[in-house]
Amino acid sequence: MIRRLAAAVRAHPVLAFLVVFAVFPFLVPYKALATQVLIYGLFTLGFNLLYGYTGLLSFGHAAYWGLGAYGTGIALAKLKLGSLWLALGAGLALAGLGGAVGGFFCLRRRGIYFAMLTLAFAQVLYFIAFHLADVTGGDDGLRGIQVPPVTLPGLSVPITSSLAFYYFALAVVGVAVFALKRILDSPFGAVLQAIRENSDRAVACGYDVDRVKHLSFVFSALFCGLAGALDALRLTVVPVESLYWSTSGQVVIMTLLGGAGTFFGPFVGAATWLVLQDRVSVVTESWALVIGAVFMAFVLFLPKGLWGTLTGSR
Amino acid sequence: MFDVSAAALAAQLFTGLVLGMIFVLLAIGLSLIFGLMTVVNFAHGSFYMLGAYFGFVLLGLSGSFWVALAFAPLAVGVFGLLVERFLIRPLYGRNPDDPLLLTFGLSLVLVESARVIWGKIGLTLDPPAALAGAVNLGFTWFPTYRLFVIAVTIVVVVALWVFLKRTNVGLVIRAGSRDPLMVAALGVDLRRIRMLVFGIGSALAGLAGILAGPMRGAYAEMGVTMIIESFVVVVVGGMGSLLGAVVAGLLIGEVVSLTTFFAPKLSDIAVFGVMALVLLLRPSGLFGEAGLME
Repeated sequence: MIRRLAAAVRAHPVLAFLVVFAVFPFLVPYKALATQVLIYGLFTLGFNLLYGYTGLLSFGHAAYWGLGAYGTGIALAKLKLGSLWLALGAGLALAGLGGAVGGFFCLRRRGIYFAMLTLAFAQVLYFIAFHLADVTGGDDGLRGIQVPPVTLPGLSVPITSSLAFYYFALAVVGVAVFALKRILDSPFGAVLQAIRENSDRAVACGYDVDRVKHLSFVFSALFCGLAGALDALRLTVVPVESLYWSTSGQVVIMTLLGGAGTFFGPFVGAATWLVLQDRVSVVTESWALVIGAVFMAFVLFLPKGLWGTLTGSR
Repeated sequence: MFDVSAAALAAQLFTGLVLGMIFVLLAIGLSLIFGLMTVVNFAHGSFYMLGAYFGFVLLGLSGSFWVALAFAPLAVGVFGLLVERFLIRPLYGRNPDDPLLLTFGLSLVLVESARVIWGKIGLTLDPPAALAGAVNLGFTWFPTYRLFVIAVTIVVVVALWVFLKRTNVGLVIRAGSRDPLMVAALGVDLRRIRMLVFGIGSALAGLAGILAGPMRGAYAEMGVTMIIESFVVVVVGGMGSLLGAVVAGLLIGEVVSLTTFFAPKLSDIAVFGVMALVLLLRPSGLFGEAGLME
């Protein structure tokens, strides 16, 4: 039953995504959780493109999430841009630029070094945001973000209610999911997975592996930046912890919980993280203890994650 | 703005040297563990933290700093042995990122456990009476305890160097980092060697923790920033190189200390600037071999 459902989902992933998330707010205890699952799911999706599909473990993806959030936040709160699309564009541009620069540095080394370099790069951005209080709000976070209405030709819809914001986020994330599907189905997507399986062989086949990795890094940064930008709109504040290494750790954990290298794993992982956090923090404030132990158990016994194990895919 | 006396500068250089010693101890452990089993121990900072807390507990029980100094690293080392045996050993032969992920989870658990057990507020450790006070170095007065930290680190590093270069076990460890398959084929039980090295690395982190305790106190998050800077040390020095860990540890200690003095806002970022520079000019680190362990 689950396998047949999974097969149907795998045949039409974007459609399945839209169907599930169209009714999702009515299936969870409160609507704010649904929005969070969407946004953290997109963050995890972007990370998964790099880790799950290209095989590059980054420990610094807070950088791109944070850059997207600050780009959009600064555009709205400091530059007073009145357009939602321009603000989202600013977040995407900053995250993409960060991905291009960060990728340039970090991809000079492979494997374990790469993980450390990404971590270092993100920490640099964190400290910059921390000290540049005039621009970023520093330790207090960036405040005063006012969310403009969604404008389309001949149409202007406010998204201040939680349900309106959810469906706005769903539209944006839906486009991103569609874009990811196209990337993965393209020849470029096939090369990504070839690099993950055997990077030397991909080189021998004549692919410009360094360029493909860099592009994959930038794409990943763009998805994560878009997620960060949406989160800035959701919270109307950008906490400086957005750039902190714990955020990088969070996306690693969510990816592994759901299943690295699976299409829906990121959303399953994000939902698992959020529900766990919600339930556990009611019982004890030592919630990091629980998530850490659960994460260790997954690495040891369930490396394919929930979705990967259920569907039997990688 | 740079109008400072030579004595103040010298004192700052000495402070950097002490911090560098702590980095050296952490980086050698990281580098040894990585060299033999290509495991990046993300929990290394937590072992450092455990060293300080175990020291605090042992000091309370025995009333002697010397007992704490001897047994806290030992306890952390035994803890490391158990971690290797039960958590990391199942991961050999799997995705090389798995141990990094697992130790990351372990670090979350350890930091949170420390908060639960010892509270969220940091604890202070007092140096023993024999090491209280300061020594006149001629140009400045310097706390005796910090000189002691420098001395202990030098002794430990030299002892480790002799152990690795002059004993049979050291020979096997060095051979195992170069070609584990060949060493195993020669009939050496690498599993025990790996456990031993993980234990030694953990003990070094624990030693760094208890040495740092009287200077910086013990608190649950103390390892978090140290581990990231220790990663920088290992990258700058070259992974798997003992000499690299020592030179880079001292270099990064001075960089942190001097930028804190001259440009406090840059002190958090300067170490990463050094790393970026080294990576651009010498991608494999100051003393690393190109292409090794990637």
